[in-house]
Amino acid sequence: MDIRVSADEPTSEERAAIDAVLGAPTSSWTGGERDTEGEGHTSLHAGREARSRRDLLLPALHAAQSRVGWITPGALATICKRLTIPPAEAHGVASFYHLFSTTPRPPAVAHVCDDIACRTRGGESICAMLLRTLGPEGSPARDGRMTWKRSPCLGLCERAPAALFTIAGERPRTFTLAPVTKASAIEAALESRETETSARQRIESVRRSVPQSGQPGLRLLRRVGQVDPEGLDAYRASGGFEALRRALSIGPAKVIEEVIASNLVGRGGAAFPTGRKWDAVLKAPARPHYLVCNADESEPGTFKDRLLMEGDPFAVLEGILIAAFAGGCERGFVYVRGEYPLAAERMERAIAAARAGRILGPSVLDSDFAFDVEVRRGAGAYICGEETALFNSIEGKRGEPRNKPPFPVHVGLFGKPTLVNNVETLANVPLVILDGGAAFAKSGTAGSSGPKLFCVSGHVTRPGLYEVPFGKTLRDVVDLAGGVLGGREIGAILLGGAAGVFVGDDRLDVPLTFEGTRAIGATLGSGVVMVFDHTTKLGDVLLRIAAFFRDESCGQCVPCRVGTVRQEELLQRLAAARPLGSLAQEKTLLREIGQAMRDASICGLGQTASSAVESALARFEPFSSGSTKR
Amino acid sequence: MSPDPIWFRPPPRPTRVPEAPPRKEPPSVEITIDGVKRQAPEGSTILEACRAAAIETPTLCYLENLTPVNVCRVCVVEVVGSRVLVPACSRKVEAGMTVLTDSERVRLSRKMVLEFLGSSVDLSTAPGVESMMKRYGADPKRYGAPAPAAAANARDAREPGHHHAPDGRAAETVAQPVKIDNDLYVRDYGKCILCYKCVEACGTDAQNTFAISVAGRGFDARISTEANVPLPDSACVYCGNCIGVCPTGALMFKSEHDLRAAGEWNESKQTKTDTICPYCGVGCTLTLHVQDEHIVKVTSPMDREITHGHLCIKGRFGFDFVHPRGDGSPDDRVR
Ligand SMILES: Cc1cc2nc3c(=O)[nH]c(=O)nc-3n(C[C@H](O)[C@H](O)[C@H](O)COP(=O)(O)O)c2cc1C
Ligand code: SF4
Ligand code: SF4
Ligand code: SF4
Ligand code: FES
Ligand code: FES
Repeated sequence: MDIRVSADEPTSEERAAIDAVLGAPTSSWTGGERDTEGEGHTSLHAGREARSRRDLLLPALHAAQSRVGWITPGALATICKRLTIPPAEAHGVASFYHLFSTTPRPPAVAHVCDDIACRTRGGESICAMLLRTLGPEGSPARDGRMTWKRSPCLGLCERAPAALFTIAGERPRTFTLAPVTKASAIEAALESRETETSARQRIESVRRSVPQSGQPGLRLLRRVGQVDPEGLDAYRASGGFEALRRALSIGPAKVIEEVIASNLVGRGGAAFPTGRKWDAVLKAPARPHYLVCNADESEPGTFKDRLLMEGDPFAVLEGILIAAFAGGCERGFVYVRGEYPLAAERMERAIAAARAGRILGPSVLDSDFAFDVEVRRGAGAYICGEETALFNSIEGKRGEPRNKPPFPVHVGLFGKPTLVNNVETLANVPLVILDGGAAFAKSGTAGSSGPKLFCVSGHVTRPGLYEVPFGKTLRDVVDLAGGVLGGREIGAILLGGAAGVFVGDDRLDVPLTFEGTRAIGATLGSGVVMVFDHTTKLGDVLLRIAAFFRDESCGQCVPCRVGTVRQEELLQRLAAARPLGSLAQEKTLLREIGQAMRDASICGLGQTASSAVESALARFEPFSSGSTKR
Repeated sequence: MSPDPIWFRPPPRPTRVPEAPPRKEPPSVEITIDGVKRQAPEGSTILEACRAAAIETPTLCYLENLTPVNVCRVCVVEVVGSRVLVPACSRKVEAGMTVLTDSERVRLSRKMVLEFLGSSVDLSTAPGVESMMKRYGADPKRYGAPAPAAAANARDAREPGHHHAPDGRAAETVAQPVKIDNDLYVRDYGKCILCYKCVEACGTDAQNTFAISVAGRGFDARISTEANVPLPDSACVYCGNCIGVCPTGALMFKSEHDLRAAGEWNESKQTKTDTICPYCGVGCTLTLHVQDEHIVKVTSPMDREITHGHLCIKGRFGFDFVHPRGDGSPDDRVR
């Protein structure tokens, strides 16, 4: 490949940051245009090695961005040369992710969540305050040292309102603050030099988000908030890696048998039977096999995977190891969304500790199973939770979903058979192996086995992550969270996230199982239960959801790229009581937009982009003045 | 002695490249399209099966000489048993498949795709789209008056993520000024439906130059050079293969653009003549589009195995030397 790059040069700081990821150049030739006279012809083969590391593009862009706050033309040109990537493509990738900036941006940025859960807790008023103190969104403030931006859900909804800070510099830092209720607190965080918190504080912050922490009978959340998430020995002492040991002794086929017998289905939203997926990967002839742990969790209202990784990273890792063993995978990736710095760090530490303890590597627990795994960070794109978009992102491409078939079990990451599971699914795996598949299948209901995590947020007394056995009703879960805040009445409950559906308080007795929610035309989705009290202006929530899908559409296919825009415009017309033609015409149009998105979009984003909106319009009158109550 | 010894007369040279030896026919599978049982070769697409059955299927992002990207979704069909519609252009036939090409759902999705495009993109120079619109009853006006056009390069500067919420008074479009930064071709992205064809043609499907890519996200996604630099500063080598595949006229010969701007473009007055490129030994077929004794653009037929419709800068744009300069002087032809 002959690539032509611009003559822009990076600063020495940027170059050092990029080299820290890519390693120092192996020859004086750094890719791109060749100087055959200087190098001699033998070096003409060096490019292939570089080309094959396209997957380092996102890590390199992260390095450049976090050094100076944006991706300068010089940094981009250098990365392109080092990795032999055409600059137009690299620009296409960098401009896809909203945590990256390809235009000058101050080094310290506050990403303030204005999404639906934070709105119930004053997220919008913080934005209003920031507008007054720091100026318009995105504009440089305080001599160009800082700026603020609105952000979609940061996965901190149980502590809403939330903000994420990205501070570029010699020691770049990314951290979150929640709840954050004052503009001054945001400015202070932007100016802060240190964010070191003690180990105890860190455990406590997790405990606060998991109100059940320490209660007997918990399974997925047993260690969360109780056991040191950074100690391998503590994990071992609490029964850790027993399941892995058992799996290694019974062999992949038997592991898969147990998982099939357990009836475990994916917790990432699509509810696909986990055992069947693993079996297909194991039997796929192409080599190597990859494992991907999907920790991109960006569905508004969802924070379960974050707390599992922050609170019990070794359990997630154990699930990964068992899955990799069963699927015959040689290498794995944990793709953590860019907004989850602590979760990524905890997973990285767990992986390093496991590697040092020979639980990862050429001989897992002294068996002949070889496996290693690494963390990859996203850079701000909900769509990268879609498994094939996620593969593209790891491969250093735009996070655009691929058409299916072929399915990941046959053609996945780097075109190879890939086992991809959600964090919570993988966290269930050690339980399945320890219980035995049949016993696991007995917990929960006939159609939904095992424990389930619910992310309860919005107007409830104790927002947080709750574990219940499948079969509990919506009312049980809302009661667990202390009922509606301030004893007010329920207006509407969003089940399953922005891609889910709204239900009213007449549905409080629906069992929160796959079959139970399906029966009422709802979905469990990613386990979101977001409560809106009767004073909520549901229309505003719908407008935010519509904007979310428009922002997060990858833009690849017409039904979703344009449909999400037309849906938002239509809702704005309804909100302003300014319909085009009659109200009935608008409703027909909305239905047709929804159906085209559902039927003709490439991926689940477009296919569900009208789900919440249509369910709300069917059950409530979100745009009439007055309360949400039907 | 014969004046013409045998060795003096070699066998006539073949005029075409010898054909490849015939491939084994792939086994065929039986599928049902609109209630009629049909045979289709294994590994072929639903679109190919539809075309073989003379079922007209609209396409926009599909082209025979490019890898299907299945992004426009105007070709969707219903496959019985599938939760969602599937793109005919890329979905392979499977034995026992039952395909509906004109069901209620198919018609609605095709209509909506055409309306979505018609309400956001200038399709005035996109051949064939008007008849598709008519066939599916698409009415792009249902979405209200179009929003004002963006300023030059404004769309290229949009960051992914939050947008400014619309007020619903107007329908957002991709309208923007034409990018004219070289003498050979113009880029009128107000006419771009983001079909990815130009990116493919510039990339691994033909040119391997990678001068353009999709940048940005969602509705703000656009075709862009590196950091939106003008074409002369980009990696573009002006092969014009992107123009050759563009289905909407967003990419256009400057000569065509100028004639259109002057109101002088007149296809009924044009002739198309196939010839061989005079420049090199590859011998690509050129189709010269001539109006008023001037070549106004050059294309290449897609079904020639040498080029599959793709050319290089010389064949595509190096035709000016045949035009007289206009003052009748002898060096007209050596400009
Ligand atoms: C738009 C979109 C976003 C998604 N986001 C996530 C996500 O954040 N985390 C996740 O595990 N799965 C997500 N999924 C589902 C994945 O594509 C995939 O089904 C899942 O990771 C499989 O794992 P599981 O079988 O363990 O659930 C998403 C799907 C779509 C269509
Ligand atoms: S449905 Fe939306 S997110 Fe999915 S591929 Fe299409 S444009 Fe991209
Ligand atoms: S003219 Fe050729 S090189 Fe230039 S952008 Fe088009 S396809 Fe790429
Ligand atoms: S410029 Fe033309 S070929 Fe390129 S994406 Fe747009 S419409 Fe398609
Ligand atoms: S963190 Fe704000 S809505 Fe989830
Ligand atoms: S022609 Fe099939 S999706 Fe565009």
